[in-house]
Amino acid sequence: MSEAQRTPFVESLLEAAAQAQLPGSGIGWLDAARRENLDAFAAAGLPDTRMEAWKYTALRALGQRRFAPGDVQAATRAVDEAACALPGVDGPALVFVNGVFRADLSRLDNLPAGLGLLPLSLALQGDAEPLRFALSRHYREGGDAFARLNAALAGDGLVLRLAAHTKVTEPVHLVMIGAAADGALAWHVRHIIELGEGSALSLVEHHVASGEQQHLGTQVADVVLRKGAQLRHVTLQNASSGSTLVRHGSVQLDEDAQATLYVLELGGALVRHDLHATLAGDRARMETRGVFVLHDRQHVDTQMALRHQALNTASESIWRGVADQRSRGVFRGAIVVAEGADGSDASLSSKNLLLSGQAEIDTKPELEIYADEVKAAHGATVGQLDERSLFYLRSRGIPLAEARAMLTAAFCRAVFESLDNDALREHLDQQLMAHLPSA
Amino acid sequence: MLKIENLHARVEGKDILKGLTLTVNAGEVHAIMGPNGAGKSTLGNVLAGRDGYEVTEGSVTFNGVDLLALEPEARAAAGVFLAFQYPVEIPGVNNTYFLRAALNAQRKQRGEKELDSMQFLKLVREKLKVMQISDELLHRAVNEGFSGGEKKRNEIFQMAVLEPKLAILDETDSGLDIDALKQVAQGVNALRSSERGFLVITHYQRLLDYIEPDFVHVLADGRIVESGDKTLALKLEEQGYAWVADKDPALSGASA
Repeated sequence: MSEAQRTPFVESLLEAAAQAQLPGSGIGWLDAARRENLDAFAAAGLPDTRMEAWKYTALRALGQRRFAPGDVQAATRAVDEAACALPGVDGPALVFVNGVFRADLSRLDNLPAGLGLLPLSLALQGDAEPLRFALSRHYREGGDAFARLNAALAGDGLVLRLAAHTKVTEPVHLVMIGAAADGALAWHVRHIIELGEGSALSLVEHHVASGEQQHLGTQVADVVLRKGAQLRHVTLQNASSGSTLVRHGSVQLDEDAQATLYVLELGGALVRHDLHATLAGDRARMETRGVFVLHDRQHVDTQMALRHQALNTASESIWRGVADQRSRGVFRGAIVVAEGADGSDASLSSKNLLLSGQAEIDTKPELEIYADEVKAAHGATVGQLDERSLFYLRSRGIPLAEARAMLTAAFCRAVFESLDNDALREHLDQQLMAHLPSA
Repeated sequence: MLKIENLHARVEGKDILKGLTLTVNAGEVHAIMGPNGAGKSTLGNVLAGRDGYEVTEGSVTFNGVDLLALEPEARAAAGVFLAFQYPVEIPGVNNTYFLRAALNAQRKQRGEKELDSMQFLKLVREKLKVMQISDELLHRAVNEGFSGGEKKRNEIFQMAVLEPKLAILDETDSGLDIDALKQVAQGVNALRSSERGFLVITHYQRLLDYIEPDFVHVLADGRIVESGDKTLALKLEEQGYAWVADKDPALSGASA
């Protein structure tokens, strides 16, 4: 792309990069990686809908917008602290406001033995070498514009390392607060998580708003589970209704590792979530459970790619989507069982409800199998509420709107049933109910 | 209480009810019998307000109110209850939660105070005793995985909790063995009162051995062609429905 063709979006972010004084600058390999990713972003810009992975998510409007380079007041900006509290989640917490770490809002004292937890901005002040592998990634796919941007501009995030055979029972709370500022700004966070052999951890990722805003947030997370490690990762996405949020997660599971992901997407105007998982070791197991509930003109696009790469690996994915008014949901679940990954078991279910004639949901399960003795099942549906059920509820006196809300909630609710943090599950349930059409 | 006059109704462009007239007073139990396709279930669905049933002529008033003008939920709040022939399974909606939501929605529409969970549980416990239903059913999702008998008993249990003024039982006996039938009938009998009317729709006479009707009507080709007391049901049992097909509805004195 020549300079002349650069969109306002790309221009504004290149300006941001020129002004940025990022933590870790001066570290040679990091400067080089940031520069390279920025150049790739500048050259390719944003992907368009001709690209398969962006087929249903047009970025033309975003391309015409400009974002201010970060929030200079983020370190001191007053935010609604109550907004980030979650029932059942009162362990260690790391809080970021518009992408900037806030020690005053975080809880990092009395960390359990074996749990290393600190913001990236601090980690880069010490020995950055352990972060080199993760932060040297080059995103080569044209569709990775936001990951490139993040690699070029992220100066903060979570660095979590759990020592081998350490089991932490209290969930770690990771909070990204989008806070209203003078105008729309762009923030970026980069998370690096590694669970040592035989360790176990619960992580709660939480996106919230403090005041309405139209920011762009990008997040890239790399998660590695060593042999036999267990991770439960809950994401509650309740970003500001005007905001754009792009998340890119990579999960690697070694032998016997187990990851369970719960995702509840409620907020944001334009939301994109790329989730790539590799079942790299024998008997690794991954479960994903996701729900999106959309209204107004929300657009939420989830692209999940699971790769079975070792023997007897298993994945189970259950996703539910509800779209009301003029909203649009996209779900793509691509599962690859690679050559040699014999005995793998993969299942994927994507069921969706349209609550309005103007809403749209596109779901696309894809299964590619190159191994033997594989069990695989997938199903995807898009439909409406069952008329017989609606009439049954109404015939008992329950008004139409309430009956619809009740059936819609029931449709989504089963997804989180296996979450064994009761207080948190109930909270997700309430959030779900609160976002469903007028009960 | 319920006054149906010259009711004509159509389903999917086909005329099913063709001038049905019937009056049910409080305290009365009316049985509607008839061969398959006579319009029995259509009558229940029209009264409860199901979509897809188009009333082309006639009227239905319920305690002086035009029932047909009300939404299904408003009919329920007014006191009309339909026990379904095929109760719907609703995964993910807890039976107790559903029933409390239903009762409170009705109370709210009637301008009555809603019950809190303690008051509701007390009421449920009383009704459970009468219905002889195990409280295990309460903790499950509405009708999910229920046996045929459990589903029908759950309908009657809902009726006990909601205390309607008019209960319509749509082939409640279908698919039940004799023990389940007796249990359901016992539940219904426990709810008989001078303030409540019943419309018992059935194909077979055997239900009426256990729920004794005050009036029996024969519905054929969308009209009531014969009315009488409970002995009419016995006659039907002996002679089948063939003889009613020949009856001229104009001569039968169709209203009860």
